[in-house]
Amino acid sequence: MTSVVATNQTILVVGGGISGMTAALEAAETGKQVVLVEKNPYLGGRTAQLYRYFPKMCHPTCGLEINLRRLKANPRIQVLTLAEVTGISGSKGDYTVNVKIAPRFVNENCTACGECAKAVTAEIDDAFNYNLGKIKAAYLPHAMAYPQRYVLDPSIIGTADAEKARAACKYNAIDLNQKEEQVSLKAGAIVWATGWQPYDAEKITPYRYGEFPNVITNVEFERLADPHGPTGGKILRPSDGKEAKNIAFIQCAGSRDENHLRHCSRFCCMGSLKQTHYVQEKYGDEGKSTIYYIDIRAIDRFEDFYAKVKANPNVSFVKSKVARISQDKDGNPVCWGVNTEGYKRYSNTHDLVVLAVGMEPAVKGVDIPAEVMSDSSGFIMADPKNAGIFGAGCATNALDVNRAVQSATAAALRAIQVVNKVARAEA
Amino acid sequence: MSDLNQQMAVRYKNNFLKEIEEQAEMGNWVKMCMQCGVCSGSCPTNFHPGWEHPPQEIFMMIRAGKRDEVLNSQSMWMCTSCYNCYVRCPRKLPITHIMHGIAEYAYRLGRAPKMQPTLHLSKAFWNNCTKNGRVNEVKLTQSLYFKDGLMAGIKMGLAMKDVALGLVKAKRLNIMEALGGGHKCKDVNGIHKMLAKARELEAKRKGRQPA
Repeated sequence: MTSVVATNQTILVVGGGISGMTAALEAAETGKQVVLVEKNPYLGGRTAQLYRYFPKMCHPTCGLEINLRRLKANPRIQVLTLAEVTGISGSKGDYTVNVKIAPRFVNENCTACGECAKAVTAEIDDAFNYNLGKIKAAYLPHAMAYPQRYVLDPSIIGTADAEKARAACKYNAIDLNQKEEQVSLKAGAIVWATGWQPYDAEKITPYRYGEFPNVITNVEFERLADPHGPTGGKILRPSDGKEAKNIAFIQCAGSRDENHLRHCSRFCCMGSLKQTHYVQEKYGDEGKSTIYYIDIRAIDRFEDFYAKVKANPNVSFVKSKVARISQDKDGNPVCWGVNTEGYKRYSNTHDLVVLAVGMEPAVKGVDIPAEVMSDSSGFIMADPKNAGIFGAGCATNALDVNRAVQSATAAALRAIQVVNKVARAEA
Repeated sequence: MSDLNQQMAVRYKNNFLKEIEEQAEMGNWVKMCMQCGVCSGSCPTNFHPGWEHPPQEIFMMIRAGKRDEVLNSQSMWMCTSCYNCYVRCPRKLPITHIMHGIAEYAYRLGRAPKMQPTLHLSKAFWNNCTKNGRVNEVKLTQSLYFKDGLMAGIKMGLAMKDVALGLVKAKRLNIMEALGGGHKCKDVNGIHKMLAKARELEAKRKGRQPA
């Protein structure tokens, strides 16, 4: 049974991505008690799934490692993984929250030795790599996963595979009797940091994502470029495993579009500019990138990053929203449209098309079990009606990592003010 | 060129965007275009001759005040009303309707290209349909087939005779309508009154003399 120590001076943080981790750490480091609830079996969220950050082109694992060290060193944070909030009642300064915890089937004895994965034969979709490959049904979500413990997929429970995994474990870490738990806890304030999801590219029908194997999304491209990804860091196209050296990036795939996402997702221009670096890095002068754009929004101080990419002769820019994509007999995607600089028609053949899909709030269409105001895109707005519930990171707006961290720090501060008030009232 | 053309050119001096917004149907949407180019890329007439300016270029020309170039253009008349641009436009501009609105306005000003087949069809259909409140298929077909002369019309008629016979058999076409006035709606006068009223209201809304 999971035990959680929480009072109405505790801050609950929902979502353990970069925003949730930041909010939890900032609050805990001022001396507050924090419970961090994460749906996945690991922390880090979508940041952990990136290959590199812009603008410095460093690896997210580095930033995450710093946060994980802060987390491990802080006794005031309790982390619940595989956990989801199912109900919130009460009011600002006195919430009661119900949390559902799914079984991991692996306990604290796990040393991440990997013997269970060797024993198991069943395979499941590799969700961490956006289902680009398969993994064993006993798995460590990713190399830097925290908690550093394996997970047994519920699909093998009750099968011979589960028994094999249990038998293979030398540390008595596999517990097949774990059950789903319901935990109720108190909280004074809640930080809602459930992040974002990539827009469903299949809805942009002229781009034929899901139908043409060589049309992929920007988040999938991150995994292709990552040495820990399904291709070991080689940029190979899905249809035939050929090296993709001529890559098209289509901006505003879903964003700034009344038929899809109303808002500008902000990060995708920088994301694609960053990804042209991957192409350059892997293939040198043989790697060609073409960016199709409406306008490049290299927000804030990133204009010089854009200028540098623009100066690269291997990167070309076409000012046009691609109208449609077709496929030639060799499986190459062909982009059709009109270049609005001079109104020239084009039909360009590429090895691979990367759709720079936008950010959709993960809270969209999900019932937050409390009254929380959201804008027309589904992002949480700052509103007095939200009382002691504060949005943070990409649950509130389309943000890059840098801005998400700022937003999370701000949310932590607001939550701290609420629990301070509670503390003063009770003193 | 018509008096209306002169009148409008004076009224909207140097502000063609405003002229289109107020005078062309759906013209008030033009300023919403963000020049992404998806309409042009989606246009099926894209790779055909005669396609001078794609929609988004037309919209930019309107904003740039290129009055003569826009009003004399063939482009609006090339629209096949496939609605690809309309459904794909990220700003939800009713592009197909805007193109028709500009075309109609150019025609009202007497600026539409002469002998334009789409214009010819539109006029023939409108006159035919509003006369009796019902379309006289035989006369409409005749006016289209014989547009380019007697021999061309006969040739076209022969080429289409199987289709015509099929329509006759299915009672969708009555050959006798070539002689008489054709079928009518119950209240032809009522239709004419409604159209006259609509014209009056349009003229009032657009600040023009009733046509």
